[in-house]
Amino acid sequence: MSLFRNPSKEPLWKDEFSVFTSDERYVSRRQFSKFLTLASLGMFVGNLWILAKAYFAKAASFPSVAVGEVGEIPVRGVKLFAYPTSQDHCILIRTGEEEYVAYSQKCTHLSCAVYFSAKEDRLECPCHQGLFSVRDGSVLQGPPPRPLPQIILERDGARLLAVGVKGN
Amino acid sequence: MGNLERFKQRRGLVAINGAMGLIVILLIFQIWLLSATLEAFLAGHTGAVLPAAIFSGGVFLGCLALNLFVTRVDHESRKH
Repeated sequence: MSLFRNPSKEPLWKDEFSVFTSDERYVSRRQFSKFLTLASLGMFVGNLWILAKAYFAKAASFPSVAVGEVGEIPVRGVKLFAYPTSQDHCILIRTGEEEYVAYSQKCTHLSCAVYFSAKEDRLECPCHQGLFSVRDGSVLQGPPPRPLPQIILERDGARLLAVGVKGN
Repeated sequence: MGNLERFKQRRGLVAINGAMGLIVILLIFQIWLLSATLEAFLAGHTGAVLPAAIFSGGVFLGCLALNLFVTRVDHESRKH
């Protein structure tokens, strides 16, 4: 049993296009099993790619960025900002007099932008009716598989600072 | 083609069909494994990534072995 054909044997065309009708069933099955094995190789490469991403990806750096002033937004009001990069849109929500929470605005289902529903006191994704808790970003309903990444906030005097991302 | 050759051909075809069925089952498992690993990775759980890759590699080797078996049976059954 060898991996490669022996070139001294019959030419490839004779092997693949046999003159015997009964051999056609063999050729089609052999080619299909070769295709399935290549598909299996593709799956394995996919797993290796995830492995490489998990082990060699650079750890994300989270700078300390001022996202707003205390009292800048009313209670149950929101402010949009970007953190940690200008491509990562986030939503800052004032849930109480002295309570602020911030989440990534990207829905964990298909990346639509979520918004805060003050009436229902929850974050809602308009695309597929995914609902998230405003307390911790957990999924309340709908297809999102994971909670919203939460932006870690710190207070520096009158300023609100974003210092990290939890659950990213 | 004599009766013996015809019998050998039919037997070879059954063996190839069985091997192909096994490859399909392994492939379905591998597709599930890949999607589950991706889901876990995106959720931030990287602990399952290495075992999944090892399992996937094992399944691929299994498919390769079955493919070699199919090739061998094919060559042996088609000797006229």
